[in-house]
Amino acid sequence: MSVVFFVVLVMLCLAAAFTIVRFLRGPDTLDRIAALDVFVILIVAAASVYIAIYRDGSNIPLLAAVALLGFVGSATATRLAERRKGHR
Amino acid sequence: MSDVVSAVLMLIGALSCLLGGIGLVRLPDLPGRMQAATKPQTLGLLAILAGTALRLELDSAVTLLLVALFQVITAPVIAQLLGRSAYRGGSVGHEHVVVDELAGRMPDDPSP
Repeated sequence: MSVVFFVVLVMLCLAAAFTIVRFLRGPDTLDRIAALDVFVILIVAAASVYIAIYRDGSNIPLLAAVALLGFVGSATATRLAERRKGHR
Repeated sequence: MSDVVSAVLMLIGALSCLLGGIGLVRLPDLPGRMQAATKPQTLGLLAILAGTALRLELDSAVTLLLVALFQVITAPVIAQLLGRSAYRGGSVGHEHVVVDELAGRMPDDPSP
Protein backbone atom coordinates (compact mmCIF):
# COMPACT_ATOMS: atom_id res chain seq x y z
CA MET A 1 0.00 0.00 0.00
CA SER A 2 2.84 2.42 0.74
CA VAL A 3 4.14 1.87 -2.80
CA VAL A 4 0.76 2.98 -4.12
CA PHE A 5 0.88 6.12 -1.98
CA PHE A 6 4.41 6.86 -3.18
CA VAL A 7 3.41 6.51 -6.85
CA VAL A 8 0.30 8.67 -6.32
CA LEU A 9 2.29 11.42 -4.62
CA VAL A 10 4.96 11.35 -7.35
CA MET A 11 2.27 11.72 -10.01
CA LEU A 12 0.72 14.64 -8.15
CA CYS A 13 4.12 16.31 -7.80
CA LEU A 14 4.74 15.92 -11.55
CA ALA A 15 1.35 17.46 -12.28
CA ALA A 16 2.18 20.36 -9.94
CA ALA A 17 5.50 20.82 -11.75
CA PHE A 18 3.72 21.06 -15.11
CA THR A 19 1.28 23.52 -13.57
CA ILE A 20 4.15 25.69 -12.34
CA VAL A 21 5.67 25.58 -15.82
CA ARG A 22 2.42 26.92 -17.25
CA PHE A 23 2.25 29.53 -14.50
CA LEU A 24 5.73 30.80 -15.32
CA ARG A 25 5.42 30.62 -19.12
CA GLY A 26 1.75 31.54 -19.61
CA PRO A 27 1.54 34.43 -22.06
CA ASP A 28 -1.65 35.84 -20.56
CA THR A 29 -2.81 36.63 -17.04
CA LEU A 30 -5.76 34.27 -17.51
CA ASP A 31 -3.37 31.37 -18.20
CA ARG A 32 -1.66 32.04 -14.91
CA ILE A 33 -5.00 32.20 -13.08
CA ALA A 34 -6.03 28.83 -14.58
CA ALA A 35 -2.67 27.36 -13.55
CA LEU A 36 -3.06 28.62 -9.98
CA ASP A 37 -6.59 27.19 -9.81
CA VAL A 38 -5.27 23.79 -10.86
CA PHE A 39 -2.48 24.11 -8.29
CA VAL A 40 -5.00 24.62 -5.48
CA ILE A 41 -6.91 21.52 -6.64
CA LEU A 42 -3.66 19.55 -6.59
CA ILE A 43 -2.95 20.77 -3.04
CA VAL A 44 -6.38 19.52 -1.97
CA ALA A 45 -5.73 16.16 -3.65
CA ALA A 46 -2.32 15.76 -1.99
CA ALA A 47 -3.75 16.65 1.43
CA SER A 48 -6.44 14.04 0.84
CA VAL A 49 -3.75 11.46 0.14
CA TYR A 50 -2.06 12.47 3.40
CA ILE A 51 -5.34 11.89 5.25
CA ALA A 52 -5.65 8.51 3.57
CA ILE A 53 -2.12 7.51 4.60
CA TYR A 54 -2.59 8.25 8.30
CA ARG A 55 -6.33 7.41 8.43
CA ASP A 56 -6.86 10.63 10.38
CA GLY A 57 -10.12 12.43 9.67
CA SER A 58 -9.43 15.51 11.77
CA ASN A 59 -7.90 17.50 8.90
CA ILE A 60 -10.83 17.22 6.52
CA PRO A 61 -12.37 20.66 7.28
CA LEU A 62 -9.02 22.06 6.17
CA LEU A 63 -9.67 20.56 2.73
CA ALA A 64 -13.03 22.31 2.49
CA ALA A 65 -11.43 25.59 3.59
CA VAL A 66 -8.63 25.39 1.01
CA ALA A 67 -11.07 24.50 -1.79
CA LEU A 68 -13.32 27.44 -0.86
CA LEU A 69 -10.35 29.80 -0.70
CA GLY A 70 -9.20 28.66 -4.14
CA PHE A 71 -12.62 29.29 -5.65
CA VAL A 72 -12.94 32.78 -4.17
CA GLY A 73 -9.38 33.68 -5.21
CA SER A 74 -9.74 32.46 -8.79
CA ALA A 75 -13.11 34.15 -9.32
CA THR A 76 -11.88 37.46 -7.92
CA ALA A 77 -8.65 37.39 -9.91
CA THR A 78 -10.53 36.63 -13.12
CA ARG A 79 -12.92 39.51 -12.58
CA LEU A 80 -10.01 41.82 -11.82
CA ALA A 81 -8.06 40.78 -14.93
CA GLU A 82 -11.13 41.28 -17.13
CA ARG A 83 -11.89 44.69 -15.69
CA ARG A 84 -8.32 45.88 -16.09
CA LYS A 85 -8.28 44.70 -19.68
CA GLY A 86 -11.57 46.50 -20.37
CA HIS A 87 -10.23 49.81 -19.11
CA ARG A 88 -7.02 49.62 -21.09
CA MET B 1 -10.69 -5.69 -0.63
CA SER B 2 -11.44 -2.13 0.43
CA ASP B 3 -7.74 -1.35 0.29
CA VAL B 4 -7.46 -2.63 -3.27
CA VAL B 5 -10.41 -0.55 -4.47
CA SER B 6 -9.01 2.49 -2.66
CA ALA B 7 -5.57 2.02 -4.26
CA VAL B 8 -7.04 1.65 -7.75
CA LEU B 9 -9.20 4.77 -7.31
CA MET B 10 -6.24 6.79 -6.08
CA LEU B 11 -4.05 5.67 -8.97
CA ILE B 12 -6.77 6.58 -11.48
CA GLY B 13 -7.19 9.97 -9.85
CA ALA B 14 -3.48 10.76 -9.79
CA LEU B 15 -3.11 9.67 -13.42
CA SER B 16 -6.00 11.94 -14.40
CA CYS B 17 -4.42 14.86 -12.54
CA LEU B 18 -1.11 14.18 -14.27
CA LEU B 19 -2.76 14.08 -17.70
CA GLY B 20 -4.48 17.37 -16.91
CA GLY B 21 -1.13 18.91 -15.98
CA ILE B 22 0.45 17.70 -19.23
CA GLY B 23 -2.49 19.12 -21.17
CA LEU B 24 -2.12 22.41 -19.37
CA VAL B 25 1.42 22.69 -20.73
CA ARG B 26 0.93 21.21 -24.19
CA LEU B 27 -2.36 22.64 -25.46
CA PRO B 28 -2.02 25.65 -27.74
CA ASP B 29 -4.60 28.23 -26.63
CA LEU B 30 -6.58 29.34 -23.59
CA PRO B 31 -9.88 27.44 -24.14
CA GLY B 32 -7.97 24.20 -24.62
CA ARG B 33 -5.95 24.81 -21.48
CA MET B 34 -9.17 25.60 -19.68
CA GLN B 35 -10.53 22.17 -20.63
CA ALA B 36 -7.36 20.59 -19.27
CA ALA B 37 -7.62 22.69 -16.14
CA THR B 38 -11.20 21.74 -15.25
CA LYS B 39 -12.30 18.30 -16.40
CA PRO B 40 -9.34 15.98 -15.69
CA GLN B 41 -8.55 17.78 -12.45
CA THR B 42 -12.13 17.44 -11.20
CA LEU B 43 -12.26 13.76 -12.14
CA GLY B 44 -8.90 13.15 -10.51
CA LEU B 45 -9.87 14.95 -7.32
CA LEU B 46 -13.16 13.04 -7.14
CA ALA B 47 -11.39 9.70 -7.57
CA ILE B 48 -8.77 10.54 -4.94
CA LEU B 49 -11.44 11.71 -2.49
CA ALA B 50 -13.40 8.50 -3.07
CA GLY B 51 -10.25 6.46 -2.48
CA THR B 52 -9.64 8.40 0.74
CA ALA B 53 -13.22 7.98 1.92
CA LEU B 54 -12.91 4.20 1.66
CA ARG B 55 -10.15 4.28 4.28
CA LEU B 56 -11.99 6.45 6.84
CA GLU B 57 -15.01 6.15 9.09
CA LEU B 58 -18.43 7.14 7.86
CA ASP B 59 -18.72 10.62 9.42
CA SER B 60 -15.36 11.73 8.01
CA ALA B 61 -16.38 10.40 4.61
CA VAL B 62 -19.49 12.60 4.67
CA THR B 63 -17.30 15.69 5.09
CA LEU B 64 -15.21 14.51 2.14
CA LEU B 65 -18.44 14.31 0.14
CA LEU B 66 -18.96 17.99 0.95
CA VAL B 67 -15.52 18.83 -0.50
CA ALA B 68 -16.30 16.84 -3.65
CA LEU B 69 -19.68 18.54 -4.08
CA PHE B 70 -18.07 21.95 -3.68
CA GLN B 71 -15.46 21.16 -6.33
CA VAL B 72 -18.10 19.93 -8.78
CA ILE B 73 -20.11 23.11 -8.29
CA THR B 74 -17.26 25.62 -8.50
CA ALA B 75 -15.14 24.23 -11.37
CA PRO B 76 -17.70 25.16 -14.10
CA VAL B 77 -18.08 28.64 -12.59
CA ILE B 78 -14.35 29.27 -12.84
CA ALA B 79 -14.23 27.86 -16.37
CA GLN B 80 -17.13 30.06 -17.45
CA LEU B 81 -15.55 33.19 -15.97
CA LEU B 82 -12.19 32.39 -17.59
CA GLY B 83 -13.73 31.65 -20.98
CA ARG B 84 -15.83 34.79 -21.03
CA SER B 85 -12.93 36.93 -19.94
CA ALA B 86 -10.65 35.34 -22.54
CA TYR B 87 -13.17 35.85 -25.34
CA ARG B 88 -13.71 39.48 -24.43
CA GLY B 89 -10.02 40.09 -24.06
CA GLY B 90 -9.33 38.65 -27.50
CA SER B 91 -6.93 35.95 -26.34
CA VAL B 92 -8.91 33.13 -27.97
CA GLY B 93 -6.85 31.79 -30.85
CA HIS B 94 -9.29 31.99 -33.75
CA GLU B 95 -7.25 29.64 -35.93
CA HIS B 96 -8.11 26.79 -33.51
CA VAL B 97 -11.85 27.54 -33.35
CA VAL B 98 -14.06 25.52 -35.71
CA VAL B 99 -17.46 27.09 -34.95
CA ASP B 100 -17.71 30.55 -33.41
CA GLU B 101 -21.39 31.20 -32.77
CA LEU B 102 -20.64 34.16 -30.53
CA ALA B 103 -18.84 36.12 -33.23
CA GLY B 104 -21.52 38.61 -34.30
CA ARG B 105 -23.38 38.77 -31.02
CA MET B 106 -20.99 40.33 -28.57
CA PRO B 107 -21.62 43.96 -27.60
CA ASP B 108 -18.73 46.22 -28.39
CA ASP B 109 -17.89 47.59 -24.98
CA PRO B 110 -16.99 44.92 -22.40
CA SER B 111 -18.61 46.72 -19.47
CA PRO B 112 -19.65 44.15 -16.84
